[in-house]
Amino acid sequence: MNDLAHPPANPAPVYAGSVRVRANLVALGTITRREVRRMLRIWTQTLVPPAISMTLYFVIFGKVIGSRVGLIHGFTYMQYIVPGLVMMSIINNSYGNITSSFFGSKFGRYVEELLASPMPNWVVLTGYVSGAVLRGVLVGIIVLGIALFFTSLHLAHPLVAVTTVLLGSTIFSLAGFINATFAKRFDDIQMVPTFVLTPLSYLGGVFYSISMLGSPWREMSRVNPILYMVNAFRYGILGVGDVPVWIAYVVMLAFVIVLGGFALWLLQKGVGLRS
Amino acid sequence: MPADSASPNIPSSKPASSASSAVPALEVVGLRKTYSNGVEALKGVSLKVAQGDFFALLGPNGAGKSTLIGILSSLVNPSGGDARVFGLSIHADRGGVMRQIGLVPQEINFNQFESPFDICVNVAGFYGIPRAIAKPRAEKYLKELRIWDKAFQQTRMMSGGMKRRLMIARAMMNEPRLLILDEPTAGVDIEIRRAMWHFITGINAAGTTVILTTHYLEEAEQLCRNIAIIDHGEIVEDTSMRRLLSKLDVQSFVLDVTGFDGMLPQLDGVKLVRIDDQTLEAEMPSTHNLNALFAALTARGITVTSMRNKTNRLEELFVRLVERNDNGTRA
Repeated sequence: MNDLAHPPANPAPVYAGSVRVRANLVALGTITRREVRRMLRIWTQTLVPPAISMTLYFVIFGKVIGSRVGLIHGFTYMQYIVPGLVMMSIINNSYGNITSSFFGSKFGRYVEELLASPMPNWVVLTGYVSGAVLRGVLVGIIVLGIALFFTSLHLAHPLVAVTTVLLGSTIFSLAGFINATFAKRFDDIQMVPTFVLTPLSYLGGVFYSISMLGSPWREMSRVNPILYMVNAFRYGILGVGDVPVWIAYVVMLAFVIVLGGFALWLLQKGVGLRS
Repeated sequence: MPADSASPNIPSSKPASSASSAVPALEVVGLRKTYSNGVEALKGVSLKVAQGDFFALLGPNGAGKSTLIGILSSLVNPSGGDARVFGLSIHADRGGVMRQIGLVPQEINFNQFESPFDICVNVAGFYGIPRAIAKPRAEKYLKELRIWDKAFQQTRMMSGGMKRRLMIARAMMNEPRLLILDEPTAGVDIEIRRAMWHFITGINAAGTTVILTTHYLEEAEQLCRNIAIIDHGEIVEDTSMRRLLSKLDVQSFVLDVTGFDGMLPQLDGVKLVRIDDQTLEAEMPSTHNLNALFAALTARGITVTSMRNKTNRLEELFVRLVERNDNGTRA
């Protein structure tokens, strides 16, 4: 029998309904805000490098080489590659943001602040994905702004362009989150961009139309998810693309659902996070 | 009358009245944990901590304390059993349980590139507390723990003691009903330790239940009303501090003396040993009258200038219980 010091307190208060909804929104806003502040605090690592590398792409591929290529689907080579390069920047930066941030929180153990909090898993995931998508969008705007120094563009289908950016960055944010969850060392978060993301980006129709490829490369290109994002975005900007836009939406939505479900399952099981 | 070795500077939380509570702050039932490498860290631990208690959870390194705390704070998945915090099960309502708990972990686990103020406000946000409430609350606790002057600096610039106090401030951001402290004073100097205990006893006096693990048994003896000792993943003792200390039947004293000529007096029931010409050691039953010892020493011309417990009383019991359990495990 133990000694007790204080009179009995009430049981735990009930936490439900609109109170729970408001709490989740505050938590979601907190993670997103923290991610955005982190991105802006280290802007020389997050915003400047894609601006420099894409400027080089525009100069070398767009101006120097592009002047000898001629028209593709009625557009100059510079105009043709801009949507692909913008999309590539968005994908790479969304992925890089979430892997470095989430793995950093594991490495520094402050992921425990999240795990020991009452936040539902979907709030944790949505918060990190929102931060990564915002970086992707911001980098996309910067790269698009730089592109306008080299060529003129008209938004053919703004809604398609915007939704493709959001879906594409969400897909690679989710993929980055999964990578960071499994990662045990910093090397583990570098391997996927190096060996998977970069090859898929280059082979995803950023620099060419797959109609220029012969068989079987044209057919093989269709299993590359980046092809659908690049071409849907190109359709949004230029009004042309190698794949029907509705198929691109189906593919992107399928990836969001599958990767999102898998990421939530990992959080639920605590894979890579809980002993 | 035993000379108490506990520091008089540690604020005591012990003026306790007796009460009962239908809903314990914590009820652990048959909790088990086997890690993927086969190590069985918890072997069906059961435990109850009453609301408002200041509870010590002690045990040697690797006994299972941190695993138990990890399960309670959702950082470790249990292999079996259940734990209920203010009646809420960790399986059925993880979020509800987490709202009741504030955790001060053993290892530093905050972003060293963020400021203490941001860390506290962000953690409050994770609990759904709006910034308008979180900001003044962060200021309050950072001031109470005397780190407000560092509130807006990167935490990597702070000393070890400051980082530990920051973790207490952070744990208070959701104003928990159950505060769990896992070796919070490890490596902290005595002045800061005293300030930390002053703060925590105040929190406990205001009604927060506190569970403490520490290797400084003097702290546990002075602060805690109830105690459980865990060893090899099992609870080997679960009682009140008072009852546990009353089990100690033998105590040892170190005596600083003058006038010792090499001849020790003989005294029934007392084992007297010379350490050096200025120091003697006396071991005797706790019921033994110390006056007889002083009288015998005085008769031999020996003057006692000071005396102290050879070991802390709780430490003595702790060592015995753990040794007994070790022998039992080996047998």
